[in-house]
Amino acid sequence: MPQQPAGPVAASPDDPVVEAEALARQFGARRAVDGVSFVLRAGECLALFGPNGAGKTTLLRLLAGLLAPSSGHCRVAGLGIRDGKLARAHVGLVSHASMLYGALSARENVEFAAKLYGMPDPAGAARDALRSMRVLDRAEAPVRSLSRGLQQRVSIARAIVHSPHVLLCDEPYTGLDELGSAALTEALAERRDSGAALLLVTHNLGEGLALATQAAIMRRGSFVRHENRSGVDAGTYAMEYRELVTLDA
Amino acid sequence: MQSTPPGLFRASWLVARKDLAIEFRTRTAFFSTLVFALLGLTIFFFAWDPTTVAAIDLAPGVLWAIFAFSGLLGLQRSFGVEQADRAMDALLAAPLDREAVYLGKAVANLLFVGGVQLVTIPALALFYNVPLAGIALPLAGVALLAAIGLVAVGTLFSSMAVNTRLAELLLPMLSLPFFLPIVVSASMTTARLLAGRPAAEAWPWLRILLAFDLVFGVACTLLFPFTVEE
Repeated sequence: MPQQPAGPVAASPDDPVVEAEALARQFGARRAVDGVSFVLRAGECLALFGPNGAGKTTLLRLLAGLLAPSSGHCRVAGLGIRDGKLARAHVGLVSHASMLYGALSARENVEFAAKLYGMPDPAGAARDALRSMRVLDRAEAPVRSLSRGLQQRVSIARAIVHSPHVLLCDEPYTGLDELGSAALTEALAERRDSGAALLLVTHNLGEGLALATQAAIMRRGSFVRHENRSGVDAGTYAMEYRELVTLDA
Repeated sequence: MQSTPPGLFRASWLVARKDLAIEFRTRTAFFSTLVFALLGLTIFFFAWDPTTVAAIDLAPGVLWAIFAFSGLLGLQRSFGVEQADRAMDALLAAPLDREAVYLGKAVANLLFVGGVQLVTIPALALFYNVPLAGIALPLAGVALLAAIGLVAVGTLFSSMAVNTRLAELLLPMLSLPFFLPIVVSASMTTARLLAGRPAAEAWPWLRILLAFDLVFGVACTLLFPFTVEE
């Protein structure tokens, strides 16, 4: 049985799991995130696209509680992300960097994460997460001896080991081969279908739209487009995205 | 079934155990610190003129000055392992109190410095022919108090320095002024122990060490969350 983090979650499927309201973050004079608002409910996936420097990673770091917002607020599973550690228990984070320890094995890395999240059976949870990312056969290998793609799979296993209600993914497909990409898409779809809310930052429109229930384009810190996936035609969306992005070039 | 994030001390121990496991695998920091400490003892030994300065007068200062400098090598690595692949982000995104990260790092560093002391103090006795056997227990107590002070301050500054381009320079610059009261107090206490003086004579110096540990142990734990906030 999947073990879920303790604390409030959405009481009904209509309650937001992630709620950002006028979220903003300023670095000096530059507003990296500028008044972003959105709501994600259980089982929803927001695919977020945008050119480099649009503020996507900063937004994810705000949602993960790694950055304090300059204004606005964000709630995860009904808890303010900056109000305490309990809200962070509901979040899984995948980033460009592997966030792993090279000297430890894949299993030790994932098991360490499982212990930090208070999983009752860390060894079992680590094994399940590694299996779901099809990297269980390399569980005892030191992470530094794994290829970039395998490291990324272990990193994703680390992020999903506690079955988070919210999964924040920043370019998770970076460095993955076909098998790894398929395993990731499957794992993300499984998380989404089991009621987790996903925020997927990617440059790859195809991969993003395949999983998305909402799609947004971010530019200069703000959402310039945000709509339900059902109303989006992938071909037209790609063309319009390119036009929007070239405005910055 | 619901998972419950670990409390402060359990989380600290998890972080400490992870750091020790990494050090046990790589052994680079421990051996480089140990070699540095032993080389320091050797250099002081050859630069020493026993006809002008008695070993009993020189050894305490040499010992604690070397610990202060060699400790920096180990402390530098403490947050370095978190920076390599931004593992620090995963720690900070986990449901831990920020203080647990600091305490875990400090405990690992304390065991690390203790390990270096275990080899270096007998080496000092060998080099300088000072009788440590009779004062082994009180000296271990002084070593522990001094190590707590060094680690409390050094761990905090290591977390601040690691994100800067001049981390190797910044950590000693920030730490050494704070290490001074520890080095002076520990040296004075050790000198009195070696000279066989009454315990009452060492007590004022020990009090400084105790006060330093208490004040900086608490202050650094409370300040740490602010050093990792962006």
